Amino acid sequence: MANFEVVREDKGEISVLNVHGYLDAHTAPDFENALTKLLQENRFKIVVNLNGLQYISSAGLGVFMGFIEEVRENSGDIKLAEVSQKVFKVFDLLGFPSLYEFYEKASEAIVKFTN
Amino acid sequence: MSDKKTNAVSKKNNSFRLKLPANSENLDIIRKFVSGIAENIGFNEEEVYQIELAVDEACANIINHAYKNDNMPTEKIIHVTVRTRKDRIEVKIADKGVGFDPESLETPDMDRYLRERKQGGLGVHLIKTLMDEVKFHIKPGVRNEVKMVKYLQK
Repeated sequence: MANFEVVREDKGEISVLNVHGYLDAHTAPDFENALTKLLQENRFKIVVNLNGLQYISSAGLGVFMGFIEEVRENSGDIKLAEVSQKVFKVFDLLGFPSLYEFYEKASEAIVKFTN
Repeated sequence: MSDKKTNAVSKKNNSFRLKLPANSENLDIIRKFVSGIAENIGFNEEEVYQIELAVDEACANIINHAYKNDNMPTEKIIHVTVRTRKDRIEVKIADKGVGFDPESLETPDMDRYLRERKQGGLGVHLIKTLMDEVKFHIKPGVRNEVKMVKYLQK
C-alpha cells in the first residue's frame, strides 16, 4: 500500500523533501530514513514541502523533533512549507509554530536559506 | 423507495465493530473505518480529522506499548467499536496488552517537550485535546479500554 512517499529534490546546498500522503506510525520510518540520509551527506539546509501531505499523527511530528537539534547544531534548519490548513492545525496544537518556520511556498523557504 | 437511499449510517443508534491485528500497517484501515462513519453522521472535515487522529493515537499506543513485549501469550488484537447516537459518536478501543496508569500521565509542557526533543508520549495528550470525553478502563492483560466521545455541533 503506497500511501506515503518522499521525493527529494536537491537545489545547490538546499534539499527539498516533497512529502505525499499519510504520515503515521507506519510510514514515519520512511520519512526518518529520508532525513537520516540527508544528514549522512552533511546536508543540513532542508525544506519539507508538505503540499501533498493529507494526514499527520504524533508519530510523524516526532520525526521533525528528532532531527531539528542536530540540523541546527550544523548551521542548518528544517523549514516547513505549503502545509494545508487541516494539517497545520495539528502542528499548531503541539506548539510547532514557535519552533519551526512555516512558509506559504517552498520557494520562499528556499530564498530564506540563500539570504 | 427513497428510504433506502438515505445514508448507510443513520443518525439513530448504531454499532459497528472492527477486530484486527495490532499492526501499524492497519492504522490506515482503522482510520478509514472510523472516518467513514463520522462523515456519514455529519461531522465536518476538520472534526473527522480530529476523530481519526484521536483513534490513530490510541491504536498506535497499543501497537507500540501495550503489545510491545513479543513474548506475550495473548493474541495481539485491537477491537474498535463505534457507536453513533443522534448527537455524538462514541469510539471504544480495546486491547489485552500490558496497559498503563492513565493517572500517571501528566499534561506535557509542550515547549519543554519540544526542546528536549522527546519523542512519543503525545498520544494521550492529543486524544484528550481532540475529543470531548475520554475515559480509560485498564485491566492489564485482561482488557484495557479507552472510550472517547465527540458531540456533533448544532
